[in-house]
Amino acid sequence: MWLGITASAWVQLALYMCVLTALAVPLGGYMARVFSGERTVLTAIFGPVERLIHRLCGVNSVEEMTWKTYAVAVILFSLTGFVLLFGLLVGQGVLPLNPQHLPGLTPDLAFNTAVSFITNTNWQSYGGETTLSYFSQMVGLTVQNFVSAAVGMAVLVALIRGLTRHSTDRLGNFWTDLVRANLYILLPLSLIVAVALGGLGVIQTFDSYATARTLEGRDQVIALGPVASQEAIKMLGTNGGGFFNTNSAHPFENPTPFSNLIEMVSILLIPAALCFTFGKMVGDRRQGVAIFAAMTLVFVPFAAAAIGFEQAGNPHLVAAGADPTTAQAGGNMAPATAQAGGNMEGKETRFGIVNSAIWAAATTAASNGSVNAMHDSFTPLGGLVPMLLMKFGEVIYGGAGSGLYGMLVFVILTVFIAGLMVGRTPEYLGKKIGGYEIKMASIAVLLPCALVLGATALAVVTPLGKAGIFNPGAQGFSEVLYAFTSAANNNGSAFAGLSANTPFYNTLLALCMLFGRFFVLLPVLAIAGSLAAKKAVPVSAGTLPTHTPLFVAILIGVILLIGVLTYAPALALGPVIEHLNMIKG
Amino acid sequence: MLLITHLRPALVSMGLFTLLCGGLYPLATTGIVQGLFADKAKGSLIRDGQTVIGSRLIGQNFTQPGYLWGRLSATGPAPYNAGASSGSNYGVNNPALVTAAQGRIEALGVTGPVPVDLITASGSGLDPHISPAAAEIQVPRIASARGVTPEQVRAAIHAATEGRSFGILGEPRVNVLEVNLRLDGKIK
Repeated sequence: MWLGITASAWVQLALYMCVLTALAVPLGGYMARVFSGERTVLTAIFGPVERLIHRLCGVNSVEEMTWKTYAVAVILFSLTGFVLLFGLLVGQGVLPLNPQHLPGLTPDLAFNTAVSFITNTNWQSYGGETTLSYFSQMVGLTVQNFVSAAVGMAVLVALIRGLTRHSTDRLGNFWTDLVRANLYILLPLSLIVAVALGGLGVIQTFDSYATARTLEGRDQVIALGPVASQEAIKMLGTNGGGFFNTNSAHPFENPTPFSNLIEMVSILLIPAALCFTFGKMVGDRRQGVAIFAAMTLVFVPFAAAAIGFEQAGNPHLVAAGADPTTAQAGGNMAPATAQAGGNMEGKETRFGIVNSAIWAAATTAASNGSVNAMHDSFTPLGGLVPMLLMKFGEVIYGGAGSGLYGMLVFVILTVFIAGLMVGRTPEYLGKKIGGYEIKMASIAVLLPCALVLGATALAVVTPLGKAGIFNPGAQGFSEVLYAFTSAANNNGSAFAGLSANTPFYNTLLALCMLFGRFFVLLPVLAIAGSLAAKKAVPVSAGTLPTHTPLFVAILIGVILLIGVLTYAPALALGPVIEHLNMIKG
Repeated sequence: MLLITHLRPALVSMGLFTLLCGGLYPLATTGIVQGLFADKAKGSLIRDGQTVIGSRLIGQNFTQPGYLWGRLSATGPAPYNAGASSGSNYGVNNPALVTAAQGRIEALGVTGPVPVDLITASGSGLDPHISPAAAEIQVPRIASARGVTPEQVRAAIHAATEGRSFGILGEPRVNVLEVNLRLDGKIK
């Protein structure tokens, strides 16, 4: 035990970070070649497909766009996705592949779900196996899982071009970036992960739900479906919307500790790898390493803290007669005394405390939002970890593309703040940072904060908002705070006791998701356009280097400061009070 | 003008991605996964003759004293409803959490601290496993209900127990349904 955490937990956390880094570095280099239009191993297969798509779309793939044109293309594409998905969900009842004859969704639920998936949030107001047909899951949700992630990656690439080019108003072609992200990156990775998960027991079938005659003589309906294909992109695209209501806690989505490792690596893989893509594309790998280091230095302590709080357990259960001590077995031994101990409510035996807590940190550090344990049943401080990671603006790895472009906004703020401290004009990668960039960066950082606090306040003072609360006391407030934090930062996980499938929550959460996505994405494109137009300034003695440990430390400081200062009062009313109530016995 | 120029690629590309990512990709995955892992692809179902009696990955509700019991399940309307997975979502201070735990301890009829996983609900409500400690505590009850020796019960439990994957990942665990199938002599 060290810091209240078992040796086995440290080993599993270390293994996770090693596997992640070992895969992220080469993938990052590959993605840089893809987005730069260089030949890759897959060009022979996908090159003709890419050209065919452009021909059918009537797109000249080498014609580049200004930031405004790029933004119009992003919005039109997202809007098309919304209309299509909304239509599929409302019309589900008359569409094929619906063996359980599930009816169409109500308009408010369809609105919420469609917004949720086009914004890469994947908030689940719906209940998976009880609400959606195989057709809706496969043709509706899976498609948006791919393209919403690809949109995020495309916008990131536009921002990188803004940083590296000078004296131009061109940022690349959205359609080219979108198609490349899907064809060369998301599709092949998803196929690999889907087949690997299938080998471990994740189901992939179009059979209607099975009925089993149990040993005690009852009938048990077992929901089935084409899960593996959706599971893979759900994790890789930082989407997180489960095929089943309980997401990756469900044994058919996540059957073994090994499938759990594959899924956890998939959560952070693309956001982490994009740091290395960035370093390569700006021609200075140290810049990418510095950002990856900043993310990792925030992530690991938060993951460890979540493990510690969950392992400490719930004193109420101990008073009721629970034995919460963890009995460790070495290696693959399983003596008759072995148990995970700690706070096991809402957690699966095969994952125990450690893999549930690491997952909770990873899924909220990235804007994934899948769960393999019920966050509402976490200890108050264990649940504070995922909440705070989302409140940092989903920049600790963050979403596919959106995580790094959000992080670069924080980098711009950091060079500005550091510049103020030493009295120099702030620069980043040879570009002077001016008032316009800082204004846009401020919108991108502060708007989600305002959405979270404003919407939470509205919900907890109105009867419609209070009606959805499940747990008594401070935890009830935390449920609402968590929901709007998750929506406005495009995460998608929940304190799922909250009854969010009501017109009030469906509408308000959907608006938070929309504004939280596009009022970060659009300012980022504006920054990209403004930076591309500037002249490059040569490095001088007055330039603050942005690849040093000092800069990494200031960057982390800025992220923590903004997150904690903005949310300290709200967090005191929720998790902190709940914790004090728990320990007073 | 700008809008109209980009409307065509928006519509056409969304249609093509729907074909590619929503049609070809899941169908290709289905072909490969069903070809390589036919049994797993269809839910790892267990059959007794022609009748499906469960899935190796999905827990069942056990209440009779001669069976090993699994985690509590918060699915509605009945526990272990694999058509509607759900956790309890009880917060740590919710009195219902303690009530459920006390009810389980009473039903178990054991004295002394009970392994925490046996008195709490799983995340999915369908957890097929319990910890080895949670199985061991039930051995005397099962043995006396079935009129067999504790060692015979332990042998069934041992055969259905897995350690950490690769000695590192996850937690040691006992597959509850498999133990009970062994106790019933349905698998040897």
